[in-house]
Amino acid sequence: MDNRILLAHGSGGKLSHDLVRKHIISRITNPLLDRLDDSAVLDSEGRLAFTTDSYVVSPIIFPGGDIGRLAVCGTVNDLSMAGARPLYLSLSFIIEEGLALNELEEIVRSIAETAAEAEIEIVTGDTKVVNRGDADRLFINTSGIGRIPNGIDISGANAKPGDKIILSGTIGDHGIAIMSKREGLNFTTTLESDCAPLNHLVADMLEESTLINCLRDPTRGGLATTLNEIAGQSSVGIELEERSIPVRDEVRGACELLGLDPLYVANEGKLVAIVDEKAAEPVLARMKQNIYGKDAVIIGCVTGKHQGRVVLKTPYGSSRILDMLSGELLPRIC
Amino acid sequence: MCLAIPARVKSIDGLYADVEVGGVGRRISIQLTPEVQVGEYVLLHTGYAISIVDAEEAEETMKLLLEIAEATDG
Amino acid sequence: MKYIDEFRQPELAKKLVDRIHRNSTKHIRLMEFCGGHTVSIFKYGIRELLPGNIEMLSGPGCPVCVTSNADLDKAIALAHLPNVIITSFGDMIRVPGSYSSLQSARSEGCDVRIVYSVLDAIQIAKENPNKSVIFIGIGFETTTPTVAAGILQAEQEEIDNFYVLSLSKICPPIMKSILDLGEVRLNGIVCPGHVSAVIGSHPYQFIADNYDIACVVAGFEPLDILLCVDMLVNQIENEDYKVEIAYRRGVRPEGNPQALKLMDTVFETAGADWRGIGAVPSSGLRLRDTYEKFDAEKNFDIDPGPVREHQGCQCGSILRGVSTPLDCPLFRTSCTPEHPVGPCMVSSEGTCSTYYLFGDFDG
Repeated sequence: MDNRILLAHGSGGKLSHDLVRKHIISRITNPLLDRLDDSAVLDSEGRLAFTTDSYVVSPIIFPGGDIGRLAVCGTVNDLSMAGARPLYLSLSFIIEEGLALNELEEIVRSIAETAAEAEIEIVTGDTKVVNRGDADRLFINTSGIGRIPNGIDISGANAKPGDKIILSGTIGDHGIAIMSKREGLNFTTTLESDCAPLNHLVADMLEESTLINCLRDPTRGGLATTLNEIAGQSSVGIELEERSIPVRDEVRGACELLGLDPLYVANEGKLVAIVDEKAAEPVLARMKQNIYGKDAVIIGCVTGKHQGRVVLKTPYGSSRILDMLSGELLPRIC
Repeated sequence: MCLAIPARVKSIDGLYADVEVGGVGRRISIQLTPEVQVGEYVLLHTGYAISIVDAEEAEETMKLLLEIAEATDG
Repeated sequence: MKYIDEFRQPELAKKLVDRIHRNSTKHIRLMEFCGGHTVSIFKYGIRELLPGNIEMLSGPGCPVCVTSNADLDKAIALAHLPNVIITSFGDMIRVPGSYSSLQSARSEGCDVRIVYSVLDAIQIAKENPNKSVIFIGIGFETTTPTVAAGILQAEQEEIDNFYVLSLSKICPPIMKSILDLGEVRLNGIVCPGHVSAVIGSHPYQFIADNYDIACVVAGFEPLDILLCVDMLVNQIENEDYKVEIAYRRGVRPEGNPQALKLMDTVFETAGADWRGIGAVPSSGLRLRDTYEKFDAEKNFDIDPGPVREHQGCQCGSILRGVSTPLDCPLFRTSCTPEHPVGPCMVSSEGTCSTYYLFGDFDG
């Protein structure tokens, strides 16, 4: 077999079967997947959460992760943000003709490892190959199903005045790590993406308290955009203490260099929790015991004032409005 | 149009230098500040060092700010 | 981060603020002429910290914002030429000209690329020897020396497919124009920070001498800006008008002689067209004849068509400090960062964009 993906690998014939069997399923094996039926048949009871996302990140392998890990974490996290326990994932590849086989293998391996860490099963999938130039090396779509335990009602519309806002760790790591590999930006750093599955962290938090009103992961658009969405959905105001928001020195350095604001840079392994005042400290303490919550901190609170707006209190005693990201995050050059 | 950042010069290679800001590295041109030395800081703007940061003046300004702070107490 | 963090200390900021409150008795108006200052003032909420008798206005400090529609139309016309690659700083891409924008041109198939430095444009020229690479040279004196350095490098390396559309402008003449217009009565000027790192502080002397206006060159961290205001207040209270430097670690009175020399080697002064103000003599820079082989205007034949201004857009009077975005009926209604009508909303340093993003918020 060639060491690059050919169009023929997507045709459905023998080459396709070989590709899928030898290089994909061999690594992700589980009883449901191994059946290789057209559909996976699942049992269900209670409320289900269902989500889908497509992953088109470039480069496909980056410091701290790759598009495969991202695809699993992204969907696992979306389910977790609804309070659901992630159970099953679908996995679809759209591969550009010419992708090196060993790169695909590396990504599949990463998918398997991440799925094992998150303890979810990939039960169905699809593989297509398109002409050179019709896809940017590899696109992945994952859809996920999870089960929401009884009594859990978590939504962006549930924030109420008095709630505390907890952030699980440093912001900006993922976006800057990706940018450091983009052409033309020309900077070097040891920063890695924070890409991580947060379902175990969320399970710990829900075990500690059911008074968690909102959960959201600040991906594209960053923390500022996510909090604006929640403020809008819940018709509340949000107040943040700028000096409490944790940012790594390297992220700060890169942002200063590029003229970016870390509050708008994407994260792939962080969450924001809006928690009833009474439960804030216990939930925070519990988060800090988890590897993905060790830097957790309270960054602000929900208020009944300035509904729909997020206000940032500077360390100088002044305040400013923090709006959503508009347009592309273009580095401010000058 | 003034975004320029203080960056530390780590090494010099002809009319280029490797600098760092908060641990992040970058290769820049020192065509406008050819006299800069390793260890000094430059103001970095669109890939060029446009000025060398005067460390003594920075200290003087800090001293002035601290004096103002003390005098403003009480 | 050194030279940044120590000038952000909140405790010291508070003391400076207290001192300004104590010493400032008169009602005064200060203007900043640098987009970077506009952003810093908003980011740190400086207006909110200052006493009510100190009014801060934003002037034409953003080189994207002051680029006229006529000049923008030239850049867009160049983009439509065959075998041309346009290289530009990011903010310029989205600014609407008379009929289009560089971003629209790109979506129509023109090769328009965002670069972070003129060095990137030169690299693109080297990698594409069969194309003409045109760099849209906007900027004030902070950036122009880098363009000069780029042109000299291109000459030395015998790169023959690199061109510059020179839209560079210089600050002291525009400051004089604003003062001469007499629309705003200013008491003090927050002089540009990094422009001054290149040109020094002497070029502002005429303002203190002929207009009795206090001048202080400021840096960009909160302590830098507050120190500048403190020094301006001091000059104004004592009616002792001069040019001082608050940003001494970055700016020397004589500026950067090497940068000035390179600028002078490649460029000569010319008239320039400023949005909202019109033609200002000797306020722009064009390539000297010796470097005409790099001059996009001399090497390409374009017909941008008649200029059309944006109806209702008040960027002009906002740039002159006569009104604020809050006075513009289009602000936040039909003019937003997603759908900008004028450049002040596009540029990340534009007054309208800054007001929009950072808010004019009262606790």
